[in-house]
Amino acid sequence: MELIDVINIGLFAAALRMATPIAFGSLGGIFSERVGIINIGLEGMMLTGAFGGVAISYFTGSPWLGVLGAVLVGALLGLIHALLTVRFIGNQIVSGVSINIFAMGFTAYMSQVFWGSRGASESVLGIGEVSIPLLKDAPVLGEVVGTHTPFVYLMLILTMLSHIILFNTTFGLRLRAVGEYPAAADTAGIDVTRTKYLCVILSGMLAGLGGAFLSLGHLNLFAWGMTGGRGFIAMAAMIFGKWMPFGAFWASLLFGFSDALQMRLQALGLLPPQIILTIPYVLTVAVLAGAVGRAIPPSDYKPYVKE
Amino acid sequence: MANKTEGSSPKAVQLFLRKGSQGILPGLIAVFVAFLVGAILLLVTGYSPLDVYSAMIQGAFGDIFGIGQTLTQATPIIFTGLSFLFASKCGLFNVGAEGQLIVGGFTTALVGISFHGLPIFVHVPLALLAGAVGGGLWGLIPAVLKARLGAHEVITTMMLSYVASYMTSYMVNYPFKAPGWVAQTIMVESSAQLPSILHPTQLSASAFVALVLVFLTHFVLEKTTIGYEIRAVGLNPTAAESGGISIRKSMVLALVISGAIAGIGGAGEVLGVHRRFIDGFSPGYGWDGIAVALVGRLNPVGVVFAAILFGALRSGGMVMTRVTGVPLDIVIMLQAFVILFIAAPMLIRYLMRKRVA
Amino acid sequence: MPSAVEMKGITKRFPGVLANDRIDFAVEKGEIHSLLGENGAGKTVLMSVLYGLYRPDEGKIYVNEEEVEIDSPAKAMKLGIGMVHQHFMLIPSFTVAENIVLGKESTKNRVLLDVDKMLDYTERFCERHKLEVDLKAPVHTLPVGVQQRVEILKALYRGADILILDEPTSVLTPQEVEELFRAIRALKQQGKTVIFISHKLKEVLKISDRVTVLRRGRVVGTTRAEEVSPDELAEMMVGRRVVLAPGKRTAESGKVVLRVEHLGTLDDRRLPALRGVTFEVHASEILGIAGVEGNGQTELVEVLTGLREATEGKIFLDATDITKVSPRKRIERGISHVPEDRHKRGLILDFSLMENLILGGHNSPPFVRGGVRLNFEEISNYAERLIDNYSIKTPSKDALTRHLSGGTQQRVILAREFNRKPCLIVASQPTRGLDVGATEYVRNKLVEMRDQGCAVLLISADLDEILALSDRIAVMYEGMIIAVKDPRKTSEQEIGLLMTGGKSG
Repeated sequence: MELIDVINIGLFAAALRMATPIAFGSLGGIFSERVGIINIGLEGMMLTGAFGGVAISYFTGSPWLGVLGAVLVGALLGLIHALLTVRFIGNQIVSGVSINIFAMGFTAYMSQVFWGSRGASESVLGIGEVSIPLLKDAPVLGEVVGTHTPFVYLMLILTMLSHIILFNTTFGLRLRAVGEYPAAADTAGIDVTRTKYLCVILSGMLAGLGGAFLSLGHLNLFAWGMTGGRGFIAMAAMIFGKWMPFGAFWASLLFGFSDALQMRLQALGLLPPQIILTIPYVLTVAVLAGAVGRAIPPSDYKPYVKE
Repeated sequence: MANKTEGSSPKAVQLFLRKGSQGILPGLIAVFVAFLVGAILLLVTGYSPLDVYSAMIQGAFGDIFGIGQTLTQATPIIFTGLSFLFASKCGLFNVGAEGQLIVGGFTTALVGISFHGLPIFVHVPLALLAGAVGGGLWGLIPAVLKARLGAHEVITTMMLSYVASYMTSYMVNYPFKAPGWVAQTIMVESSAQLPSILHPTQLSASAFVALVLVFLTHFVLEKTTIGYEIRAVGLNPTAAESGGISIRKSMVLALVISGAIAGIGGAGEVLGVHRRFIDGFSPGYGWDGIAVALVGRLNPVGVVFAAILFGALRSGGMVMTRVTGVPLDIVIMLQAFVILFIAAPMLIRYLMRKRVA
Repeated sequence: MPSAVEMKGITKRFPGVLANDRIDFAVEKGEIHSLLGENGAGKTVLMSVLYGLYRPDEGKIYVNEEEVEIDSPAKAMKLGIGMVHQHFMLIPSFTVAENIVLGKESTKNRVLLDVDKMLDYTERFCERHKLEVDLKAPVHTLPVGVQQRVEILKALYRGADILILDEPTSVLTPQEVEELFRAIRALKQQGKTVIFISHKLKEVLKISDRVTVLRRGRVVGTTRAEEVSPDELAEMMVGRRVVLAPGKRTAESGKVVLRVEHLGTLDDRRLPALRGVTFEVHASEILGIAGVEGNGQTELVEVLTGLREATEGKIFLDATDITKVSPRKRIERGISHVPEDRHKRGLILDFSLMENLILGGHNSPPFVRGGVRLNFEEISNYAERLIDNYSIKTPSKDALTRHLSGGTQQRVILAREFNRKPCLIVASQPTRGLDVGATEYVRNKLVEMRDQGCAVLLISADLDEILALSDRIAVMYEGMIIAVKDPRKTSEQEIGLLMTGGKSG
């Protein structure tokens, strides 16, 4: 086997693919944290979304309904997180941790209930790949970007959309105000509570979408723990990308690239996979340590309680 | 302006940490409500809560083997629970006990396999010490990052958990791999092993080490200047500073000791239960530790009881799943519910008020 | 002149304090009217009532000659009342334009921000009011004076005709104050009404058309600025009050214990808080530092106790340079500190009484045995002794400090700090928030320590306290010591005038 078998165009296409769930998750993280709520539960929301998508697809026969289901499931968990942290002023970390643990148990449990196996579900109809007509024939770029499941293109669109929403709309301006200085936003007449709820639910929806990619856009089934920590890597991408949609996208691409590379190298037997698997985490710690520029969070995450 | 090293505790966390000494009632209620919600879920999916719960109790406490397994599962959780507790007294959220436990287990295994011909009363303490050092070092990294750069310890400790898991996995898949299929080290010297104390269960003397650590944790926190300063910083860093206490020093100490405790927990598992370092030997003891510390109301003795509860859930769960065929994951969900209801003190009070009204 | 605002018979009570006592306050349209008084006189409370942050217990409010009920800031804004608080409500990372329009943004198709339109509109707005700001600059890069201008623009953008400025100059440099005054005069030219809350006499006289003086929740009087002298105003502000004066000194002051030379430091906003501060405190002496809060006293205390770094100058304790010494070592060398905020800095409320009594001395023998182990027997005896000596009212030494009364809590601090037999006591606002009995106790104790040979540095915004206790009085204004007086050779009025920036006669 030669280097060209590893480092080729296919690698970059794979990197984009593997970056997709991470990017979805990081977008969700961005909306939540920019409004002042830490969402550690992204992993659980993604996993439950993956499960929900497969379950709905199984029972209705429509993978697109499955995607919708994944988004709704994510929204529901987002709502729970919002209730716990905003309405009941609970600790954000603990709420997120409990959502993650719940998701692990719930998805495996319901897997057993539906399909008699907590390891994997039956195969379902997934969402196949599509090709963009002119793009796919373009040299080099065509192979990388031209043919993917719709999720990948959706991710690119949502990244751009998120940027526009955050920085070019009133909604984005207000939500950033709420995260950075809720008292000031309040005196400016903004409904702080409603904004927080909306954004946390949105973050759940995005995470759920990321999960749907994993199950419906990739493997066409649900497997136990299939998110494999991607929710946490999404958080890392969010921080590495300085809470900006495009920054998080590039970070996700970087992590996706190392993921794809690691799998190929493993096939080659060149480098131990474990070392490469640590890359996203080490990079995040480095970012927090200020090694790659200062990472200043968009909020102090203190609950806003009116005097 | 708050300096970067002020306890990262917003008002909610202060509220939260202070509740540590408010009696066991809220904890018990949370457990009760959690089981209630679990029962509803079981019913909805066609199982009988009565069968499931009684099988769990039977499995966890019904016979010597069950009790032994319950205590065996509880032991490492006592360590990780104490670990979280200790850091929380300084206002810090150490969610990386899992990683600290794993690193500690590995360094212990190294000492356990590297020295030959040492008497047991030298080798065992040495190996345990190695565990403490390993875990302590793994806590030192986020500690320094926090003290010097204000890096939030929740993210750093969590990320480092993953790093620990992968790094040790690498170690036992390559350099330190024992011959055979399994990713594990060779067995530690018999002079490094902690004796089994309840045949035929896996319960080992590591349980005693755990109890010693419970006592030590209480002692250090309540009866020494180190503990005094750590608690002062956790409750009111500004006043502590005026009293001449170095906030940074206390924070670093708290995280390092917290990591060391988890490390000894890993050592206990390696020396007492498995007698070697096995890749993935921890099924999430670190995360359980967080839950157990919270359920135990951030009190060392409470941690023991909560750990026994969670240990019972695990061991009883294994029996329950064999007997009733209900997926083991209901146990995981029960744990999540317990944490969830502990997480929202207001929620509990809200529910209590509803019942009274 | 038509009336803009009229407040009749406003009374507002808080637990334990009558903040506004049947206040009548009238402001004419288009005038600059100042509300003058010391801290705690009730000025901010009165204006908070006007702005809808508080409901009055009694009284009526008329805006533009119509009776109104103002139950929220939103209602106040609808009536054309805008308030610029001492604490700015600006989003640091947003630009000036974004801060101004937040909540009332202009849009294309109702969703997308129309940035050009916003900039254009705010630019024309600024021009109209002659308030210059760089609209595209992020707020956190701007100096405080400009940030304040943004706050004013915010209020104007929301249609304020009546502007309330709460202590606007307390955060400004002298040059920025001049710019603010120019802006206020421009506002008046456009027909706006300005209510200017302040304790700074000199400035009030400079900018106002009329002045209303409040003292202890009551109106003392209203005059035209040109018809009153600084002395008269000072007398109205400070008045004559009962002075709690313990017996005067028994011994002469001794050697120099604390010497401070050209001390300078920055505050949290990196602006100079202390400039070239120089003074001495002798043994058996109480040096009182008079001054309104916010003139650098807090920073001075922090530098002396080691909690803040000095950017220039030196501190000598008993002729030893301690400028770079840690807080812990300073405690060991005999500096005791009674902090101005006993809940934040003085006590750990969730510690027991006993635990708080050893804070600061907790790692020295005899409380410590064998390096780290706390000797509870000694600590216990110590606590009981102190409870006895200082008559601390508590059910037990293990009682949670949070549950003790304010006066008792202060006794705990005194017991802890004084029993160490320090050579220097730094006491900052030591009787704030205490009732008469507790106040008397604290003052007597300070005198007692002085008589035992301590050097006492007393910082207080309560002029009576300074006059009653000090052997010498220094006045602090804008980070400098502007005068040192002998209390026997000065008067309340003179000190009061110095405190507010006026020149003595």
